[in-house]
Amino acid sequence: MSLTESFRRRTAPQLHVGNKFRSLPKSARWSIGAIIIAACYFTPYWPDVPVLGWIVDTPGTSFENVLTDQIMMFILVALGLNVVVGFAGLLDLGYVGFYAVGAYTTAVMTSGQFSWPWIAAMPLSILMAMIAGVVLGTPTLRLRGDYLAIVTLGFGEIIRITANNSDWLGGPRGINKIARPPSFGPFEFSVLNAKPYWYLGFTVILIVIFVLTRLENSRVGRAWAAVREDEDAAELMGVNTFKFKLWAFAIGAAIGGLAGALYASKVGFVNPDNFQLQLSILFLAAVVLGGTGSMYGVIMGGILVAWIPERFRGFDTRRYFVFGVVLVLVMVFRPQGIIPRRTAAAGISGKEESE
Amino acid sequence: MSEVLLSVDAVTMQFGGVTALDNVSLHINKGEILGLIGPNGAGKTTCFNVITGVYAPTKGFVSFDNKSLLGLKRYQITKRGIARTFQNIRLFPDMSAVENVMVGIDAHSKTSVVGAVLGIPRSKREERESRERAHELLKFIGIDEYAEVAARNLPYGHQRRLEIARALGTNPQLLCLDEPAAGFNPAEKQELNELILKIRAQGYTVLLIEHDMNVVMKISDRIAVLDFGKKIAEGLPEEMRNNPDVIAAYLGVPDDAA
Repeated sequence: MSLTESFRRRTAPQLHVGNKFRSLPKSARWSIGAIIIAACYFTPYWPDVPVLGWIVDTPGTSFENVLTDQIMMFILVALGLNVVVGFAGLLDLGYVGFYAVGAYTTAVMTSGQFSWPWIAAMPLSILMAMIAGVVLGTPTLRLRGDYLAIVTLGFGEIIRITANNSDWLGGPRGINKIARPPSFGPFEFSVLNAKPYWYLGFTVILIVIFVLTRLENSRVGRAWAAVREDEDAAELMGVNTFKFKLWAFAIGAAIGGLAGALYASKVGFVNPDNFQLQLSILFLAAVVLGGTGSMYGVIMGGILVAWIPERFRGFDTRRYFVFGVVLVLVMVFRPQGIIPRRTAAAGISGKEESE
Repeated sequence: MSEVLLSVDAVTMQFGGVTALDNVSLHINKGEILGLIGPNGAGKTTCFNVITGVYAPTKGFVSFDNKSLLGLKRYQITKRGIARTFQNIRLFPDMSAVENVMVGIDAHSKTSVVGAVLGIPRSKREERESRERAHELLKFIGIDEYAEVAARNLPYGHQRRLEIARALGTNPQLLCLDEPAAGFNPAEKQELNELILKIRAQGYTVLLIEHDMNVVMKISDRIAVLDFGKKIAEGLPEEMRNNPDVIAAYLGVPDDAA
């Protein structure tokens, strides 16, 4: 047994909260789920709650805006990137490219000459990101591991540099006057009130979780897992590996595009500087930190990566040091992430495990 | 009266300057167990890899059920009805035993990505049926009580058996076993023999690569012998046992005979 292997086993969770939850009766699970969801809808009011308010507080910045501009986007992006990296095991270092495609599609279609309504630009943004995923994936998914990572890294940069050099995309100045979502009943989407964006964004997150759970627990999820574990064996067992990898890319890209489109319509302007390589790295950090392959893990990872730098804004420029230390500590003490992917039961008994 | 299921016609496989298979022809009849033997490096596994589409042969043809397999993708060959196990175990280590088998069964599943998202009835039915079938197969090979255990944590012998179950999951006509008895003790080999005979009794055709003469000689209907990439003999097990070429390939040629 190698050193890393023994380390991994030692740090493997013995008791899983998830397993405990699953053993509860259905009614209990539904009520707990409903309470958590309701509490999450009220997140913008959390700073007003004693103790909790002090914990989540983001000094110097409005919590609402951190919630909608950072945390919400990182949750969505982490969920999307997790399909590619966590489910199918394909390392993507250019995920920000899809985020940019979604954001720019909404920006171009709803501002200036087209002036489409927001509701029409949204599906187009998702579609365009998906197409970008297929266009990037078709030639590159023959590559594996590090080679794929390098190509995707290049893709992210190409998108940003193209935006920087295209006049119709606003060049370095970017695009402003992007349409906001239409008001809906009492919810008015405006610069001054970020809450409705959270209600919208959180609903989208719930839908994405629902869709991805369905996929994960179907033959599609199994095919992805098989590709991740042993691509050659998967293909010899009848898995059309290329098709499923491309689907992972397309679905991941679509979610990234959706996040980008929401971001664009929230902040109202985009420029190429919003889509730096560093963002791809942070997205990946969110996935790895939370637990590659575990949906609730990557949500937690997304929240932390977005929120920690804001929470410690008081540390001024040293806040990224705090962030780095937290990252390193998590990786040392919990290399499989905060909430690891659920794997099948460990050995039947200790003695039969060793070989 | 026997019908040819798989035929390998004059296949040559070269890697750069190395000829791993030299003009090898084989055929397997429906319902038989063909043993493929030979010393290390004789080309047995290469032969497997050509049949299952891992390599495209330099020359020659492979046909299955009277249709050519050349140019097909690996997963397409699997869907046509050829399944295999690996010399070095290649399960999906973090997936449970039953999920491993279900991956094989999924080869014939029709559920699409959209169908899975929408949860259409066919998707649910296929999911249920494939789980049931996976448990059936695990029972058949005798490890159903380990269904929920991660493949990596199964004892070695069970991992070998699980590979066979996963291959059977693809519902093959031809099952190719690459050294299934490697690392087994005599009692386990005996159990394996019984398992392979049981598999054949269910109507599967078996191509068996094996080093262990006890296994091969006991259960094979016919045996083909490879040495240095060439087929040097083929016939009934008793004939092979006494064939001077085969003995020479395995034991070397005595000095005085040279």
